[in-house]
Amino acid sequence: MMNFTPPLYSAALPEIFLLCMASAALLIDVCLKERYQIITYIFVQLSLVAAFLLVMSQYHDYPSSIITFSGHYVVDKLAILTKLFVLVASFFAFVYARQYIKERHIARGEYYTLGLFAVMGMLIMASASSFLTIYLGLELLSLSLYAMVALQKNSGVASEAAMKYFVTGALASGLLLYGISMLYGITGSIEISTLGTVLQSGLHQDKVVMLALIFILSGLLFKLGAVPFHMWVPDVYDGAPTSVTLFIASAPKIASFCILMRVLVQAMPMMNATWSLVLAAAAILSMFAGNLLAIAQTNIKRMLAYSSIAHMGYALLGVLAGPASTTGYSAAMFYITTYVIVAAGAFAIIALLSKQGIELDQLEDYRGLNARNPWLAFMMLLLMFSMAGIPPTVGFFAKLGLLEALVEAHYVWLAALALLFAIIGAYYYLRIVMLMYFEEPHETLMEHRITIAPGIMAAVTLNGIAALALGLLPSALIDMCRLSLG
Amino acid sequence: MISLSDFLIVAAILFGISIAGIIINRKNIIVLLMSIELMLLAVNTNFIAFSYFQGNTVGELFVFFILAVAAAEAAIGLAIMMVLFRKSGTIEVDKLDLLKG
Repeated sequence: MMNFTPPLYSAALPEIFLLCMASAALLIDVCLKERYQIITYIFVQLSLVAAFLLVMSQYHDYPSSIITFSGHYVVDKLAILTKLFVLVASFFAFVYARQYIKERHIARGEYYTLGLFAVMGMLIMASASSFLTIYLGLELLSLSLYAMVALQKNSGVASEAAMKYFVTGALASGLLLYGISMLYGITGSIEISTLGTVLQSGLHQDKVVMLALIFILSGLLFKLGAVPFHMWVPDVYDGAPTSVTLFIASAPKIASFCILMRVLVQAMPMMNATWSLVLAAAAILSMFAGNLLAIAQTNIKRMLAYSSIAHMGYALLGVLAGPASTTGYSAAMFYITTYVIVAAGAFAIIALLSKQGIELDQLEDYRGLNARNPWLAFMMLLLMFSMAGIPPTVGFFAKLGLLEALVEAHYVWLAALALLFAIIGAYYYLRIVMLMYFEEPHETLMEHRITIAPGIMAAVTLNGIAALALGLLPSALIDMCRLSLG
Repeated sequence: MISLSDFLIVAAILFGISIAGIIINRKNIIVLLMSIELMLLAVNTNFIAFSYFQGNTVGELFVFFILAVAAAEAAIGLAIMMVLFRKSGTIEVDKLDLLKG
């Protein structure tokens, strides 16, 4: 008979709190009349702020990492930092979503409640220390996201995107689970720390471990949206309501990256020769396919979808350089975080420019944006420069950090390839800047005034300035990433 | 006596059928949903077999969670299918072609 120790509930306080708040938000929203639904929005945003404060206090309360809930839940620096990033990104995603979903009559209360459940899923992923919690967090996130994509019921493309997202997502979970079941069969455990020590002992069949690793990696690459499991990314980014695209492109990437670190680095460090190889192939293909296909797009949401595939490729470079360098993991974390800031800003601008009934998501619609709204065009310029990796924006330092780590790990050829693809990628980002600044807007668009609420404009400004400010003073964020993955 | 490898082979065959069902299927979405369920059941078989032959209950526990999640997943899948059907009047996979590129 095993003796039972009660879990340390206080360690999971942010998740428990968010669960209560999400349930309360559901109840409150049912009782509210349509025109008071802003209360749900405020309630959800306040819960995110409160959860942020709770996680902040954990940072001081748990200086060293602790594992509780029978080995399924961990609080360490990586978990705490990931949670902070996720909460901030989600907060901004909801701020940007408000006007957009109001104009399109998307069910508002449900949107925020589902969003809150998705955030909870991401927090659970961040703190997962066994495959069971990883799976449950991932599913909580994914199921909420499928529903959010489908919330725009009057749009054919949105429901089609939701269906595609659902089927590919379920396939990915299936692959992941199959890999987990094999790993469980070999070691008899699903806890990450136990797996790490058991696999280290070398008393297992390498071939089966490798097969399990391939299945698990496929599932995770699916969720990150890297080649060869990227087919869903363009369709979902394009078809989903822009506010949901923004949400999908931001916080979940950080959470997925966190579980990738747990699985590869904490559970299977001795398999790093194999997973480095797989990641190298995935990274090269992602950068190649993402950057080249992005050039051919005429729809800006689709273009940014391919660009996100390419960016995930870059981030994977950091992970594969990790075992042989001192800064690989933290460079990858820094890259993902800054990419999320920049991508959220870019999708926010797309969402803001679109008006009721008309989706302004073609590249042509950005022609002469400078003449229509110089400040918004300048923000877009900063974000595009950052994605292209042009100094002094933050994208430059993110790429520089990755290249340094690659060279340190003796992957000079990979660094050269990454640089080459970055130059190809710069073309389509700069094309947008050129369209905005050096072309005249269409006359039909000139009549179409851009009206943006000041609060949301402030958020976009903050986002754009962050891309610049973090580029000028990147050290604080870099230090945070080093601390969490050191 | 049925050995562990027999169970694993059955699970692998089920898994293969479900993957083929998702990739080859061009007829309708309900078959896709069935394939997804089948895939999760293949994984469950794996877990139960390992759990039984190793004599620890972790795998069986995992299966309960998978079953619960699979139920939720099916509910959401069917709901999305309803939305899709109302909008486009069809559930054929080939007709899902508004998004391309």
